[in-house]
Parts: sequence; C-alpha cells; structure tokens
Amino acid sequence: MINLRIDDTPVQAEPGQTILVAARGVGIRIPTLCQVDALSPVGACRLCLVEIRNWNGRLVPACATPAQEGLDVVANSDKLTTLRRTILELLFSERNHICAFCVSSGHCELQDLATELGMDHVTFPYRFPSLPVDATHPKFGLDHNRCVLCGRCVRACSEVEGAYTWGFSGRGVATLVEADLGDPWGASKTCTACGKCVQACPVGALFEKGKATAEQVKRPEILAEVTERRPRV
Amino acid sequence: MSKVRLASVWFSGCSGCHMSFLDLDERLLELASKVDLVYSPIVDIKEYPDDVDVLLVEGAIGNTEQRHLLEEMRQKTKLVVAFGDCAVTGNIPSLRNPIPREELLRAVYGDGDIPGLEEGDVPKMLPQAMPIHTVVKVDRFIPGCPPPADRIWTFLQALLAGRRPELAGADLRFG
Repeated sequence: MINLRIDDTPVQAEPGQTILVAARGVGIRIPTLCQVDALSPVGACRLCLVEIRNWNGRLVPACATPAQEGLDVVANSDKLTTLRRTILELLFSERNHICAFCVSSGHCELQDLATELGMDHVTFPYRFPSLPVDATHPKFGLDHNRCVLCGRCVRACSEVEGAYTWGFSGRGVATLVEADLGDPWGASKTCTACGKCVQACPVGALFEKGKATAEQVKRPEILAEVTERRPRV
Repeated sequence: MSKVRLASVWFSGCSGCHMSFLDLDERLLELASKVDLVYSPIVDIKEYPDDVDVLLVEGAIGNTEQRHLLEEMRQKTKLVVAFGDCAVTGNIPSLRNPIPREELLRAVYGDGDIPGLEEGDVPKMLPQAMPIHTVVKVDRFIPGCPPPADRIWTFLQALLAGRRPELAGADLRFG
C-alpha cells in the first residue's frame, strides 16, 4: 500500500491508483469534467488540479497522477477554487453555452460545476464563435456550440464500443470533434449508432433527437457497467 | 428609517425576470412597505431619477440607446445588479452574436430601409448583444432564466436587512 496525505487526511492507495481515486475512497470531493469511470484519464479539462505541497506547490491533474508514497496533496483550498473557477469561465467564454434553451439544462455537468464553484458571471470576453450543428444522423445530433472538447465521446467510442468513429480535427480553440475523417455523422461508415458517445457527453453537445429544452438526461455510468461485465483478458 | 430607493429596467430580454419578480406574490406587500419603486417598466415614471440605491437590470445590451441609458443609470445608482441570465451572460439575445449585424438585419427585413442598421427613429443595433458588466461596473449578479422568485427574495431580504446580498449554492444556477 502507498501512504499519502490529502487535505491533511492520511490516505492509503493501491499501486497504480490515481490521486482522484484515492481521494474519493475517503470521501474527499475533487471536481472533474473530462474524467469518467471506465475511460482512460487524459487530464484535458484541468478542473481536478490539485497542489502537491512537497513538490514545491506544483499543480497536477488528480485524475491522471498516480498516488505516490509520501505525497502531501491539497485537494481543496480557496486558491484551487479560484483556479478551477477561472478554468470554468474560460470554458464558458470559449463557445456558445446558453443554458436557458439547452437540451441538457438541469442535467449538465458544466452547469452543475458553475453552481458548485460559485461562478456568478464570466469575467473573460465571450468569443461567440460561429459553429455548425450536425443533424445528419437519424438518431442523434451534435451541436459544436456546446462542446467542451473533453473527449469523453472519443474515448467511449474507441475504448468501449471499439468503433473509433470519433476523433479531433484542428488545434486549440479551433478543435472540433468529428466523425470518421470529417464526414457528416449520418454518412459515417464506422458508427454503430450505439449511443455511448451521447451518454458519455457531460453537456448538451451530443443529444438524442426529439429531446426539447432540459429533457436530455445522460447516463455516463453505463460505460463502467458495460466494461465491468466483460471478461478480463 | 428612510425607504430603499429601488429601480428596475428592461433591456434586451423577454420581461420574464420582471414576471418572476411579480411572482413574489404576497411578499410584494412587505417589499412595498420597505422600498420606494422609483423607476421601472411596471411604474409610470419616464425619467431615471437621481440617488437610486439599487437597480435591477433585466436584459442584455443590444443597441446604442440601451448602452447610453445604462451608463447614465450607473452614475445615478449605488448598487447595480445584473438581474437574470440575459444581463449576466447575454443569454438568448446573444444567439445573434456569431452572425454579422447587417447580414442578420437583411435576412429579417429584406433589402429596403432597415431599422436599426444606422441611427434613426430606431436606435442603432450594436454588433453583438452584450452582458451588462461589459458596459458598466456591476456590483451583484443574479443568474437564472428567469431567476426564481425565491432567489429574488433571498437577495432582496439580505438587502433590506442592511447586509450585502451574496447568493451562493443552488442560488447560483444558470438557465
């Protein structure tokens, strides 16, 4: 067993467990967005940043950093809340996140994080980018305006469904998730229409057609339910 | 003790925040005993008065007249409050923001004389509908589309009790 401290609480972790998993084991909450159980960690959103006191206060993503012997971790502090709220404000200002008419309002991880972290307004200038909506798939839709580029759809499609339909195109703020090599989703030859990407999406970017405002409830936990039933190789 | 001088204004929004304010229902009686409503879409006063204590601003800033009025109101007001998602984030009026202003107006009004394209009988439309804190200093934010009456009451009660109103937890919810 590995011994470390998180928020001054002594914690034990198995070798290979992340700081995030170790914290959850003792009931310490660390906000996350791109992390979802059953998918490999990527540290894309940076909301789970924690401070390591004995690494000169270095900030590391708790979801992608293995627990190590003797680590002295700060998981919650005013400084970290301010940092996490700043990251959240950058996410909100980057695209057109308008809760009032979103299918996922009331069931959205981004909206919930704003409430949890006390974000009452966005201090950065909004970019208001012009982005398309892909409604070519018979069952599902993709609204790039609401996408946070967490990559949960990309990982669910490759790691759980094994279809490798979703990927990223472009760089930086111009990054988009795209099906196959930029085909309209409805024309994709690899998509199995399983819907795991929709269930994995933390916001209203991927949605089921026919859902109106606030009607889209997601079940990202199905990913772990599926993989846990698989025989270990 | 003198009454709090309360004002409200309705810019680019649907009036839903004011409807939610009216949903205070019987609490409006208690409010009326503690405040003077000195300017609002629901009272018949045309000029924004001096020495306003609190201003609730509904709606985004979408044209030059709204921007001018807000700047004037800021000068005459102690506490300016962004009241609802349109004032806080731009919200629904900001849906037009990715579209160039002239392209948008021509799509709606065709090729003829287009109201709002230039200053005229209708104020000139700004290139984008903006949250009010991008125009003036804003002291407090009440998110929500609309903010529920209970949230408005939580805010007003703190104000009337002489505390600085601070919304927290579930009262900081967009949409």
